[in-house]
Amino acid sequence: MKVLVAVKRVIDYNVKVRVKPDNTGVDLANVKMAMNPFCEIAVEEAVRLKEKGVASEIVVVSIGPKACQEQIRTALALGADRGIHIETDEEVQSLEAAKLLKAVVEKEEPKLVILGKQSIDSDNNQTGQMLAALTGMGQGTFASEVVVDGEKVNVTREVDGGLMTVALNLPAVVTTDLRLNEPRYASLPNIMKAKKKPLDAMSPADLGVEITPRLSTLKVEAPASRQAGIKVADVAELVDKLKNEAKVI
Amino acid sequence: MSILVIAEHDNSSLKQATLNVVAAAKAIGGDIDVLVAGENVGAIAEAAAKAEGVNKVLVADNAVYGHFLAENLGELVAEVGKGYSHILTSAGTTGKDFMPRVAALLDVAQVSDIIRVESADTFVRPIYAGNAIATVKANDSIKVITVRPTGFDPVAAEGGAAAIEQLDVVKDAGLSSFVGEEKAKSDRPDLASAGVVISGGRGMQNGDNFKMLEQVADLMGAAVGASRAAVDAGFVPNDMQVGQTGKIVAPQLYVAVGISGAIQHLAGMSDSKVIVAINKDEEAPIFQVADYGLVADLFEAVPQFEEELKKVL
Repeated sequence: MKVLVAVKRVIDYNVKVRVKPDNTGVDLANVKMAMNPFCEIAVEEAVRLKEKGVASEIVVVSIGPKACQEQIRTALALGADRGIHIETDEEVQSLEAAKLLKAVVEKEEPKLVILGKQSIDSDNNQTGQMLAALTGMGQGTFASEVVVDGEKVNVTREVDGGLMTVALNLPAVVTTDLRLNEPRYASLPNIMKAKKKPLDAMSPADLGVEITPRLSTLKVEAPASRQAGIKVADVAELVDKLKNEAKVI
Repeated sequence: MSILVIAEHDNSSLKQATLNVVAAAKAIGGDIDVLVAGENVGAIAEAAAKAEGVNKVLVADNAVYGHFLAENLGELVAEVGKGYSHILTSAGTTGKDFMPRVAALLDVAQVSDIIRVESADTFVRPIYAGNAIATVKANDSIKVITVRPTGFDPVAAEGGAAAIEQLDVVKDAGLSSFVGEEKAKSDRPDLASAGVVISGGRGMQNGDNFKMLEQVADLMGAAVGASRAAVDAGFVPNDMQVGQTGKIVAPQLYVAVGISGAIQHLAGMSDSKVIVAINKDEEAPIFQVADYGLVADLFEAVPQFEEELKKVL
């Protein structure tokens, strides 16, 4: 079966985020960018499904400026077979991303679509669910285990208070949580091979989708910082402070 | 304006987060209806009807909603909600699961995880793991919103007397079914709403050592949490994780034990009223946000902490 994986280019998770002085956003000039960590887990899961003989082809798609092709190449180096780049310099919000992915799903007809549960920049946690709703598919969000079984997929989900397993008809959408797998590193020979793998570029207009942001960001500020308190000498002083000063016990 | 709040519950009791979401709805202003969808939820509907500020409680009581499958809930909420100006629910794992489906079915954007209401169409939400705070204006006619419960003080659970109305809307998308669940059994309070949280990090060294924290937690009526490092190392299950990718907590007292204080973790707990850090590394970033820091070996300090607490509690 064919698996479609969506990946997003975001600020590297190790980079300290700085708000621009004019409060219009976060400073991304000369900042290291990388594949969203949850998307790496999505790629890894697809590659594992292929290694198990469950997946036959892995198509990886990314939406954004030209530079997104770096992240597509990374996914190809990790084991994806083919890339699709939907090129736009506009801000693409979750609903529009889901509409673009829906158009790709209609063209490619994958049995399974795997996405990260959220991107670490906008922290929305929406696109996978929206894509599932728009395409009329079932969804297994926050997955910690994915087992394809004939025409169904069983997804174990990380939910408040524990785990929950659902069975979904295929095709279906899965979004990844942290513990689904531990992504591998790309080897140098595979990075070289990835440069020769096919990568199609297209525009949102080619897919018949108009980018019309529904949310406007009015300002972006740094969070109020918390002041460091005091160091206590020992446990007895700590308990005394908690009881008599902070009055929380 | 009319606001529909989707109640969070587990078919046996109404979650406190629902009261926080009603508080967010009050901040927007307008008539507030609460939708209770689930199976055998009569008592939950009655509890919701008592909440302060609720106008009407709508009940969709059917087996198809019993496990909160997003495919079924999404269709239900999109249909019931289309007559409202705002649809709100808690940003727990259930709300995060079904709400974007509602937004997509209504062809509107969703505003996730709001912590403040500026006006009926403008909301404040953290981005970049809380390293930046965005003020966002929603331009669609229906605002679909998930609310971070810790951003709003809950409305009173008692005192209201809303009318309860049964809905006869059964939506079975036929796409998914419930297979099973594994709920952590614990007599301790729920992590997300506990008044005291004691969390362990990589410094705990293994899962067995979390028993030390559990003993202290039982003494204080606290919930036990963990950093992502402790979860990744396999010490404890992921549902205990506090941080950007786990639970967001804001208790009266947060005790961080053997946690270095990665940004990822701070994003989940820095709104706590009082923060205590116990760590042997005095350079650990957790001390920069702690009200009370104790530089000590946790394997000595935690048992002492338990003994000292026994004297005063």
